[in-house]
Amino acid sequence: MTDPTSTADPACDPAALYRTVALIRGFEQRAVELVRTGVIRGGIHPYTGQEAIAAGTCAALRSDDVVTSTHRGHGHVLAKGADPARMMAELAGRSTGLNRGRGGSMHAADFAVGVLGADAIVGAAVPIAAGAAWAFRRAGTDRVAVAYFGDGAVSQGVVLETFNLAALWRVPVVLVCENNGFATSMRTAETVAGTILGRAAAFGIPATGVDGMDPEAVQRATAEAVARARSGAGPSLLECATYRFDAHHTWEHTARPRYRTDQEVAEGRSRDPLHLQGARIPEAARARIDAEIEALLDQAVRFACAGPYPDPATALDHLYATGMRARAGAL
Amino acid sequence: MPNLSYLKALNRAIGDEMDRDPAVCVFGEDVGVAVTNATAGLLRRFGPDRIIDTPISEQAFTSFATGAAMAGLRPLIEFQIPALLFLVFEQIANQAHKFSLMTGGQTRVPVTYLLPGSGSRDSWAGQHSDHPYSLFAHVGVKTVVPSTPSDAYGLLATAIRDDDPVVVFAPSGALGLREDVDLTRLAPVPLGVGRVHRRGDDVTVVAVGHLVQDALAVAEDLAGTISVEVFDPRSLHPFDWSGLAASLERTGRLVVVDDSNRSCGIGGEILATAAEEMRLIAPPRRVTRPDGAVLPFARELDLACQPTRTQLRAAVEKTVGAG
Repeated sequence: MTDPTSTADPACDPAALYRTVALIRGFEQRAVELVRTGVIRGGIHPYTGQEAIAAGTCAALRSDDVVTSTHRGHGHVLAKGADPARMMAELAGRSTGLNRGRGGSMHAADFAVGVLGADAIVGAAVPIAAGAAWAFRRAGTDRVAVAYFGDGAVSQGVVLETFNLAALWRVPVVLVCENNGFATSMRTAETVAGTILGRAAAFGIPATGVDGMDPEAVQRATAEAVARARSGAGPSLLECATYRFDAHHTWEHTARPRYRTDQEVAEGRSRDPLHLQGARIPEAARARIDAEIEALLDQAVRFACAGPYPDPATALDHLYATGMRARAGAL
Repeated sequence: MPNLSYLKALNRAIGDEMDRDPAVCVFGEDVGVAVTNATAGLLRRFGPDRIIDTPISEQAFTSFATGAAMAGLRPLIEFQIPALLFLVFEQIANQAHKFSLMTGGQTRVPVTYLLPGSGSRDSWAGQHSDHPYSLFAHVGVKTVVPSTPSDAYGLLATAIRDDDPVVVFAPSGALGLREDVDLTRLAPVPLGVGRVHRRGDDVTVVAVGHLVQDALAVAEDLAGTISVEVFDPRSLHPFDWSGLAASLERTGRLVVVDDSNRSCGIGGEILATAAEEMRLIAPPRRVTRPDGAVLPFARELDLACQPTRTQLRAAVEKTVGAG
């Protein structure tokens, strides 16, 4: 039956967490295959291995809370509730995609479910999340924002500036650092002096190290941080230790840069959030969820591949929110 | 009739827009005490929830405003120094400006960036004397450079109400201007609509920002011999191309005076577009800063890098002579 390591925390729904992890895992497997077959152009940054973080954090959020995401953002977008079919269509550059084919993998956004967008500049969305959170509090609501970023982002000045602003102004933002051990090819120890938790502490921001492979641990830690934010006490930082199972970018599948050994990757993959959370629910429930996800993602791929390509004449639609038209490049 | 200064016009536009729309708020360094005077009196009127003094973290508070805008606010950011725009070019050009397109129209980023004191301030040296409006027009951010107090009021009000990011350059050279205006007639000025300050038949001088005053002075000097039309585009992106074409239909000759560095400045774009699409009976000319200029400190050197009335007058005479 259920795994004794499960927390029995009434706020955690083990089956729902497993479902989110499985959804992201299956989505990325299909997306990687669609990159290989050329349906998805430009490649992707697979989230595989880090699913517990998206699943656990979003389980602690309300639908009216918002998140900002990163170049490795598919997990966040799906966990927050975006439609996998429209997400896959976006990756495939179809007008049926979340962003009408204008954003792709690195900019997927779904404002209807509170995803303010993935951002392709490392750390750049952290102040955006903080600004949105500040506006929520100013409006008298208790909505919060989550800013996802990787270990590479903690060396960006704008991120540290945002820590300062968020702490000074008690901004209801939860800073979620996904430490997967690598900034592309660079090991965290090669890019981070001091510690990530220490950076938060320097600004007086409560910071907690979290097992980023355990969806329930992530959900519990996030729930505490969210409660703190909603109460007006300000930001918190969670450093979620995880491991990127796949490439930094699918480009590596052919280029095969060597910055970690096969043995290291195998060790990293030995603790898998899918198995960890799967072991916490009855086998029959797991099988039911697996089958449901399988059908959902098959349908998502069909929807994505059937979607129309955008009309080239609409290339600069939405450039301006006011509808202003830009001059053409040729007369 | 009241006499309105350019700086007071900016101040009045911010205050009026804050009165009109509770979503408008101001971020910036020392905006509470109003170091630039653009926000004078606003902290007392609107309180610290709407006039927000920031730490010296331009990059963070610029994107912070982007997030606040996406959550429903309408922030204005004041930058005391034009070169700070280089520091936040990523946050404006690569973040705020791109969200509408990248999200397929799911969001809008109504943020105004105000530069009260752009261009040379008379010996403030290399890092305080830039006038980078052409950069923003180039990347497609809405860009305005008002030349008069009433236009400063009207364009800033429009920028605040606009649903896209807008950069408002208020040239140092124009901040001291005063204008007799009926305050009840101050009103938003639409983007992309130029203004003919002086009618003329022989040559159109396109002047940007504070250089409008120089163009008017040169036009007056030449009045006995050459009839100069002074065209102020007011906004550089969008640009009033049809207004320029209408002027050139009459004059057929073009001189641009532009406080940008020469290469890739807006003056080059105006000449190119006129050459491609409009009526010209003589080769057009431009008067600009030198290529890649860094303004040196000493007053003589600072002035040596800025467009002058003498240069403009010579360009007008050559252009008309060539026709």
